[in-house]
Amino acid sequence: MRERSLLLGLLALLSATICGAGFAAAQSATLDAVRARGHLVCGVNTGLAGFSAPNDRGDWTGIDIDFCRAVAAAIFRDGNRVRFVPLNAKERFTALQSGEVDVLSRNTTWTMSRDTSLGLNFTGVLYYDGQAFMTRKSLGLHSVSDLKGASICVQSGTTNELNLADFFSTRGLDYRPVVFERLVEVLGAYSSGRCDAFTTDSSQLVSERTRLPDPDSHEMLPDLISKEPLGPVVRQGDAGWSNIVRWTLFVLVNAEELGVTQANVEEMRTTANPEIRRMLGTEGEYGKGIGLDNDWAVSILKAVGNYGECFERNLGESSPLKIARGRNALWKDGGLMYAPPIR
Amino acid sequence: MADLLTRLTDRKAWTRAVYDPQVRAVVFQALLVLVLALVATEIVLNTAANLKKQNIASGFDFLTRTAGFDVSQSLLPYTSKSTYGQAFLVGLTNTLLVAALGVVLATALGFVLGIARLSPNWLASKLALAYVELVRNVPLLLQLLIWYVAVLRAFPAPGDALALPFGAYLDKRGLHLPHIALAHGGWLALSILAALALAWWLKRRAKQDQKSGPAHSPSLRSAGWVLAGLVPVIVLIWSSLGATVRYPVLGRFNYEGGLSIEPEFLALLIGLTTYTAAFIAEIVRAGLSGVPRGQREAAAALGLSRRQALRLVILPQALRIIIPPLTNQYLNLTKNSSLAVAIGYPDLVSVFSGTVLNQTGQAVEVILITMAVYLLISLATALAMNAFNARTAWAER
Repeated sequence: MRERSLLLGLLALLSATICGAGFAAAQSATLDAVRARGHLVCGVNTGLAGFSAPNDRGDWTGIDIDFCRAVAAAIFRDGNRVRFVPLNAKERFTALQSGEVDVLSRNTTWTMSRDTSLGLNFTGVLYYDGQAFMTRKSLGLHSVSDLKGASICVQSGTTNELNLADFFSTRGLDYRPVVFERLVEVLGAYSSGRCDAFTTDSSQLVSERTRLPDPDSHEMLPDLISKEPLGPVVRQGDAGWSNIVRWTLFVLVNAEELGVTQANVEEMRTTANPEIRRMLGTEGEYGKGIGLDNDWAVSILKAVGNYGECFERNLGESSPLKIARGRNALWKDGGLMYAPPIR
Repeated sequence: MADLLTRLTDRKAWTRAVYDPQVRAVVFQALLVLVLALVATEIVLNTAANLKKQNIASGFDFLTRTAGFDVSQSLLPYTSKSTYGQAFLVGLTNTLLVAALGVVLATALGFVLGIARLSPNWLASKLALAYVELVRNVPLLLQLLIWYVAVLRAFPAPGDALALPFGAYLDKRGLHLPHIALAHGGWLALSILAALALAWWLKRRAKQDQKSGPAHSPSLRSAGWVLAGLVPVIVLIWSSLGATVRYPVLGRFNYEGGLSIEPEFLALLIGLTTYTAAFIAEIVRAGLSGVPRGQREAAAALGLSRRQALRLVILPQALRIIIPPLTNQYLNLTKNSSLAVAIGYPDLVSVFSGTVLNQTGQAVEVILITMAVYLLISLATALAMNAFNARTAWAER
């Protein structure tokens, strides 16, 4: 009797292990934790207009914020079930590594060392950016090389700081770096005349320029000195969670390509186009395959709209920044935004 | 052997040992040390295992990798091609520089203020009181920001820089001084060192002579003192004859060619000095007040002037009260220098546990090194001050 129960116990254990292994492919520890908590925790910028900044009512807005809301909507059918944790450049990776945030959506450049040695994974590109320089119009400069001998303000611990050093050392030009930890300090130093130029990602410069007392007396130099693909980051080792975040981004881009918007998503569910039917869960089991509701994409689009709508609202013509789509246009419009198909 | 065996099996001996307070103390302390060692090992192993499991790079190899970023102020040769290890040294020397200068200046200002507070001059003592109460009660971070943002940024742009004497300029990019390169700097340093060594030796001899009667003729001793004083002066004249002076000249953007002192450094140095001086002033006042009144009266009775009494009678006795809390202030100043990060001065915290940490992502190693370095600096300061304290203290009667 005793031997038999032992045998049964072993069998049960073995089958549980096998089932567990089969189950794990679609499950994610982070997803379980987020569900149990009842909200997503998203690491965002402390304040960068267009990407992540509190508005006059105290609500967070920006394209990075919208991405967090999209992930929350995919999980909870409610884009408001997010808690935003503002992080500066120095804190961001540690906050994600230590599990303080579930996703880092904080205009973070995808580089090889960050992707491979920090225990983190980038899940795609939300915004294709490049490093630019802002100077006073009165200086009458034409290119970055004209900044030989100038004092240049830059934020510490960023790729910008490294690109700046590379650019000037490869050309044998000297310059004086003035380095601060927070972007607001960098802007303050530039604004007060401590530096001749202020360098960071082009989109950030546009955004920061609006905060200067006299935006019109400053100009951006035409050259971009680097590639800065900005995207959301998750912890390495939870492939299920990584999939959810990556495909949330692809849904935003695919929806724009397929013409599905915040306004028409409900009627699009019954459209004849099979691509749209698969994305919105009318056909197939794609949402269930990543451990979510089958109509997860509908929740995303209802919450924030497609990629084009997010861009327009936060960065484009309907925003104070008025940034052109440029490289962030869809691939079929000559841009770089391209998402793998849902099938 | 048999004796040992009987002793080990003797129950009574065991019982006695268990109730022996000395044995108990040793056993419990050994146990505590063992447990602490186990906990420490577990923390280290656990951290290493978890970092590995999460695919986070660890180890100290990164110190030899190329840093790739520039630093605004450096005492050592440093470019973006240097290693993270060199960036660490740059941060460390910058911290030591501001701390060393801060300690010297704060001590000088603190002593002046402390003595002024006890001055019979009403204005001097009330001004010192107002300074101390104002400065020590406002957080240091705010004071640094005031110095940096409100004071140093209010200076004109490089184009309209304030011209100072001797070809120096002051603008919001800092203080630009003429750069003086002495022709024989190495010989000068060597001669000063030699003179210092000679002076030290002469002083020691003089002390011995005082105890056991003169061993050398006084003329030989005076010749030694003249030598110690004169040689560096001659070498200084010799090297300044061939010295080259480069004056700061306004380039397209900045003053170039001279020696530029960054406003971040100035703000930090001024802020740390004025803040710490307020505390040192109180310590000095306490030290001076702690010398019995009779000493002052005795000095006056001997016909010493107020100034002489202060220098020869009061201060030496006050020092033994002053030095231990003064050490605390030196340590505070050194640690407070890490607030540099708020105003962009490239100190150890800003360069190493800021930029390097962020570029390498190796938080655990970087923070450990930073903590160890601050601990070492503080312990070294405390050690030096304790040695000084041991020399100034005298046996109580």
